[in-house]
Amino acid sequence: MARAITPRRKALNTAIAWAIGLVIFFPILWVFVLSLKTEGSAILPPLDVLRAPWTFESYGLVQERSNYFRHFSNSVIIAVGSTFLGLLVAVPAAWAMAFVPSKRTKNILLWMLSTKMLPAVGVLYPIYLLFIRMGLLDSRLGLTIVLMLINLPIIVWMLYTYFREIPGEILEAARMDGASLREEVLYVLTPMAIPGMASTVLLNIILAWNEAFWTLNLTAAQAAPLTAFIASYSSPEGLFYAKLSAASVMAIAPILIMGWFSQKQLVRGLTFGAVK
Amino acid sequence: MTMYSRALMGACAAAALATGASAETITVATVNNGDMIRMQGYTDDFTEKTGHEVEWVTLEENVLRQRVTTDISTKGGQFDIMTIGMYETPIWGANDWLVPLDDLSDDYDVDDILPAMRGGLSHDGTLYAAPFYGESSMIMYRTDLMEAAGLEMPDAPTWEFVRDAAIAMTDKDEEIYGICLRGKAGWGENMAFLTATSNAFGARWFDENWQAQFDSPEWKETLTFYLDLMEQAGPPGASGNGFNENLSLFQQGKCGMWIDATVAASFVTNPEESSVADEVGFALAPDTGLGKRGNWLWAWALAIPAGTQKEDAAKEFIEWATSKEYIELVAANEGWANVPPGARTSLYENPEYQEVPFAKMTLDSINSADPLNPTVEPVPYVGVQFVAIPEFAGIATEVGQEFSAALAGQQTADEALAKAQALTTDAMEAAGY
Amino acid sequence: MATQHSRSAARLMMAPAVTLLLGWMLVPLTMTLYFSFKQYLPMRGGDLGWVGFDNYVRFVSSSAFWPSVQATLVLVGGVLVITVVLGVALALLLDQPMWGQGVVRVLVIAPFFVMPTVSALLWKNMFLDPVNGFFAHILKAVGLAPIEFLSQYSLVSIILIVSWQWLPFATLILLTATQSLDSEQLEAAEMDGARWPSRFIFIILPHLSRAITVVILIQTIFLLGIFAEIFVTTQGSFGTRTLTYLIFQRVLESQNVGLGSAGGVYAIILANIVAIFLMRVVGKNLDA
Repeated sequence: MARAITPRRKALNTAIAWAIGLVIFFPILWVFVLSLKTEGSAILPPLDVLRAPWTFESYGLVQERSNYFRHFSNSVIIAVGSTFLGLLVAVPAAWAMAFVPSKRTKNILLWMLSTKMLPAVGVLYPIYLLFIRMGLLDSRLGLTIVLMLINLPIIVWMLYTYFREIPGEILEAARMDGASLREEVLYVLTPMAIPGMASTVLLNIILAWNEAFWTLNLTAAQAAPLTAFIASYSSPEGLFYAKLSAASVMAIAPILIMGWFSQKQLVRGLTFGAVK
Repeated sequence: MTMYSRALMGACAAAALATGASAETITVATVNNGDMIRMQGYTDDFTEKTGHEVEWVTLEENVLRQRVTTDISTKGGQFDIMTIGMYETPIWGANDWLVPLDDLSDDYDVDDILPAMRGGLSHDGTLYAAPFYGESSMIMYRTDLMEAAGLEMPDAPTWEFVRDAAIAMTDKDEEIYGICLRGKAGWGENMAFLTATSNAFGARWFDENWQAQFDSPEWKETLTFYLDLMEQAGPPGASGNGFNENLSLFQQGKCGMWIDATVAASFVTNPEESSVADEVGFALAPDTGLGKRGNWLWAWALAIPAGTQKEDAAKEFIEWATSKEYIELVAANEGWANVPPGARTSLYENPEYQEVPFAKMTLDSINSADPLNPTVEPVPYVGVQFVAIPEFAGIATEVGQEFSAALAGQQTADEALAKAQALTTDAMEAAGY
Repeated sequence: MATQHSRSAARLMMAPAVTLLLGWMLVPLTMTLYFSFKQYLPMRGGDLGWVGFDNYVRFVSSSAFWPSVQATLVLVGGVLVITVVLGVALALLLDQPMWGQGVVRVLVIAPFFVMPTVSALLWKNMFLDPVNGFFAHILKAVGLAPIEFLSQYSLVSIILIVSWQWLPFATLILLTATQSLDSEQLEAAEMDGARWPSRFIFIILPHLSRAITVVILIQTIFLLGIFAEIFVTTQGSFGTRTLTYLIFQRVLESQNVGLGSAGGVYAIILANIVAIFLMRVVGKNLDA
């Protein structure tokens, strides 16, 4: 609703929005600042912190102590893997729900969402025992599957809402022209659904990247992603703000940067069918 | 293949033969405490000596406990070595979850382990975990502030003296608090301190028939004394302070006294980390004249879960990490004050180590703790600052939350004790006592 | 267009997703139910036999149960109110013309990318800590006593932390919805002399109602399972023990899997009550 407004009004909007934006972003900015200080100066009052010398020392210490690259690549593999595995299962289901709806479609969708309400801590023992049986403990495959299952309802729902916005007439027309089901999905539906798919992928990578219960409890040395990396820097002995800050920045920076570059996609695509 | 690489392979094979086993990779779960992180830095020394590689899983204490407990009770087999404490070891040993350490090599000299540590890490006389470092608790205090207050710390003070001194040292405008004590809820946090302290006041967790004793006058005295003292001379936010928070406060010069683990001594006297390194004195944990001091006994120890495929390599690691040579290695590189303390008799007989200011007080504290007779009256359990039954961790954490809420001023001592009594009784019933 | 043929094709296409989720739901659920009728103490030899409904009775009769339900509802409700109200305000603001709109959006949505453990750690240590925290330094600088946030205002602090994490999500969805608002309709109303409050109530809010519904629904699902934020900050002290956290204490701290499993069943029941309640109240908006 871009309307013509006075420059004064625009300046006011700008000032308010920037102020709020900076307040919301400030904690992240501050952690970044602390990560570039020594342990001794990271606990000083804010102005003294800013005056203290800048250093990459904490990053060096963290790098020395942990295998950051392994944690990072595990996070990438698990987040991306679970998202695409999820898409593979969810696209057909969402297609069917959107284009061949039945009376039960809504119930199935809500039921899928309700599986997310099972409290993870309550089922840790059962899942742990199952994972032992199947030899999936501390494996990226096991985590990928679990995260796929956790996020599957969200993927199905998002895709369903995008597919539903695609007018049925276009598909009819394609069918008249003799397109098979496969061609219909591949050449007609997919291009139209790409913006929606993109934001689905983004949201699920974020959710999988940040999942901190299963990723911590089902891994040891091999498959542990960045959430486990963080757990070795929280509340150690002695001063730790700078090292914790550096570790935090290293854990969130990749996903934050990805999010920034794709924020237009997210803003456009994250509707969950909320926009008519 | 060149001559050179063939020769190299031959040499490697010879080296592998020499160690008596093929090279393996073992996974070690440990806590992110300073001494363990230091050990991580010396991994290369172990690999060089034995040919085995080490994968470290270093976690914060609470996460570590959650992780290793789940894994051992389901026989998940994710770790070849777990870092556990004196509380878990006898319980897990009794369940046959750990590999008995009864065939360690002669060089290792198992008899050199301090008797108190060896006793606490054994079940039925069998050692199940080797102490990496051991600790008791003691008073660490600021000699300069004590002097400014016109007082002199005796070697074995009473709680009354500690209270008076704490109040005299406090200067809240200058952010100097006479005493820093644990307040953060948790069986290994505030309850370790309060359980040990309650012993000095003659209180106990259970009577001989496993009846909870939080309704006793002794517990009331303990808790009221602690709350009053913290109110008058404690730092703000004490209900969130555990070992780490208090350590940081003390290092910043904000505490007059701090009663906590003896291992903290090397941190507070380290000039690189502590702004008060030159002004720290040590004394035994206080008593109330009833014959018991409130000092605990704890060890972080390395154990091998039963069922691991790499038992031999794991044993080699334990022998390396808890050996006299490891202590010497650390001493040579970082000075005697930074070696893992409280595990071996020989360390305390070493004249060089005896010069470390806190060495004697640490040993005296460890020796004066008595897990079998922790308090004045007889008890059916073993343990000074804990009760060595599987239910304790859960119960004590909940009790600790009630006491922590009392410290935060959200309820009175009486309310906290009544709730503690009720929930302990309930949990003990659930466990079938 | 739904022929018999396409119906069976549709069923086939839904089968993998439905089967997987059914398995993911039924296997743990069955095992949880099984354990919940057992005296199952891993530290005392594991399975000690069937005990009927003992665990269920013990779990609700514990003094911790009702406070934990209350804490859960306050936490979820508090976060929902904050994120929806501020989310609507932010969405309307960000939709206005301004300089550097893209950058401001990036700043506002950033917390959503921070993993819960990290955000709990950074708030707890760098901001709320009563000695070295940012807020403590500011309060001391202006001569006030530092506030012990996590013990004196524990639940409020956790609500603040969680809201900070979820506000971007609410804002994003509401912003997308705001952008589709019919500006001509708004202008017409403005011409007719409708003041801002009435324009907001009669045009903007109804337009956003579907988006608000979606925000509430999705956030509730995630918020009922909040764990890391409590584990890192208060460990359930000072009235922040939610149902999820209570179950964690029973299963992992007390090592009583049977009792914890019974708690898990209660949590599922509570989640479904909340879900049904949500459907009734706001579900009409969501003709999925």
